[in-house]
Amino acid sequence: MSEAREGARGGGQAGSGEQAGSEGQARAVPFRGGGFAPRPVRLVAPVLFVALALGWEAGSRLGLIGPLVLPAPSEVIAAFWRLVETGQLWLHLGASLQRLLIGWSCGTLLGLLVGLAAGLFSLGRAGIVPFVAAFFPIPKIALLPLFIIWFGIGEESKVATILFGSFFPTVIAVYGGVDNVDRGLIRMGQSFGLSRLSIVRKIVLPGALPAILSGFRISAAIAIILLVAAEMIGAEYGVGAYVLLAGNLMATDQLLAGVAILSMLGLAVSWLLGRAERHFLKWRT
Amino acid sequence: MDLCLSDVSHRYGELEVLRGIDLTIEAGQIVCVIGPSGCGKSTLLRLLGGLERPTSGAVLQIGAPPPDCLNPLTYVFQDFALLPWRTAAGNVALALEDQPVGRAERREIVADVLARTKLSEFAEVLPRQLSGGMKQRVAIARALAVRPACLLLDEPLSALDSQTRELLLDDLLELWLRERFTACYVTHNLNEAVRLGHRVVVLSRLPGEIREIVEIDLPLEERKDALASLQVQQGRLWELMREEAMAADRELADV
Repeated sequence: MSEAREGARGGGQAGSGEQAGSEGQARAVPFRGGGFAPRPVRLVAPVLFVALALGWEAGSRLGLIGPLVLPAPSEVIAAFWRLVETGQLWLHLGASLQRLLIGWSCGTLLGLLVGLAAGLFSLGRAGIVPFVAAFFPIPKIALLPLFIIWFGIGEESKVATILFGSFFPTVIAVYGGVDNVDRGLIRMGQSFGLSRLSIVRKIVLPGALPAILSGFRISAAIAIILLVAAEMIGAEYGVGAYVLLAGNLMATDQLLAGVAILSMLGLAVSWLLGRAERHFLKWRT
Repeated sequence: MDLCLSDVSHRYGELEVLRGIDLTIEAGQIVCVIGPSGCGKSTLLRLLGGLERPTSGAVLQIGAPPPDCLNPLTYVFQDFALLPWRTAAGNVALALEDQPVGRAERREIVADVLARTKLSEFAEVLPRQLSGGMKQRVAIARALAVRPACLLLDEPLSALDSQTRELLLDDLLELWLRERFTACYVTHNLNEAVRLGHRVVVLSRLPGEIREIVEIDLPLEERKDALASLQVQQGRLWELMREEAMAADRELADV
């Protein structure tokens, strides 16, 4: 087609020139694809992190950043070391981890059961889903005073807050996951005469597992947030209590050390869940 | 064991899918069901295997299934229905796990059916690593594992490319010649129907009724060498179906 157009435009030119023109016009098809596929680049994050820390340290040393407003990273590290050396770290972290573990695992277990009930039974769904819709959006911190009245100022109220907070996202993830299990697979199970329990155990649960695990990520993050909030009220030990005390004493280096511990706690949890996903979801690509 | 549909009608809410179906599937026969898309072929199969209850009429088993049969009515699905988290052997084993067979016997059966479907070397492979044809072979192996009295095949080759389809068609033929199983084979592919069916049931468009039942007398083992006469049969079936297919194609979906 381009040859014909070329010829038409060439008009009165000789036949040989026309031929040369169509050959001379050969050029690469312009590339229009590519992009939209970010690949992991390993070094960027550590380099950025180190650069930020160095800039911050330099700013502090040069007096550009007031020590009370934002202590230098070296001071934060020193505060962290003091925590390690005095053994306070394990006291605080131990108390926090205990609350987190009990609250999150109980909340998740309950959430699994209730979510399964909502996913499998019409009555369960009709009873559960409206309640979840009503209770999930309540900031659980608002309920903490109520829990303190019910369970006392001790561990119970803190654990209950975390339990409550991780319960609802789990319910939603589980029944959403159960809904998304391929009905064809369930029909297959029925056609081979599998019992209901077998179908739930061998088809529904594994099929819902991807959704359940991503629900765990959300519930774990919520649990950490609630942990700190709960520890800021009437706790002797715990990372949240430590951060609050440091703030009251204007010890911003300790405060930031506490914040760093929380960040590392979050990273550790998400690393563990990543491992779990890789292990249990090997069957996906 | 024969299977019998007696005056079966079925509707989904307002939509009448099947009307007045009378059909007997005799032991040792392959009955093919063809019809335009969305004419209730798959519904018919679900009714036959007890996955759905007909709105009216009865689905009957005549005679007892053979005593060693574990799951008398066994499906092979179009989309294979393999558990993606289980290996080929695990998928076959699933069908046996709720049956009264011991661990050792289960292992034996799994190895045996995988060998019969030429899958032994793929026993520990996950479905996503298998081609479509291999997946359907696993599903066929799973169906054989429960020693069915009647196989219910729901467009088993429709999700495969045409070369693989030929290969699997030959495998199914070979399997039938060896084991003489009973089957109801739903398909929209006329060629499959004339090559595998002792009888071909032609359904009309919605609501599906039996338009005609065509007997193909040629024994299955001779069909490979009688392509010309099969072609004639296939042409006749197409004449029967053509109008229905055209009308069905022009209908608006309102489900």
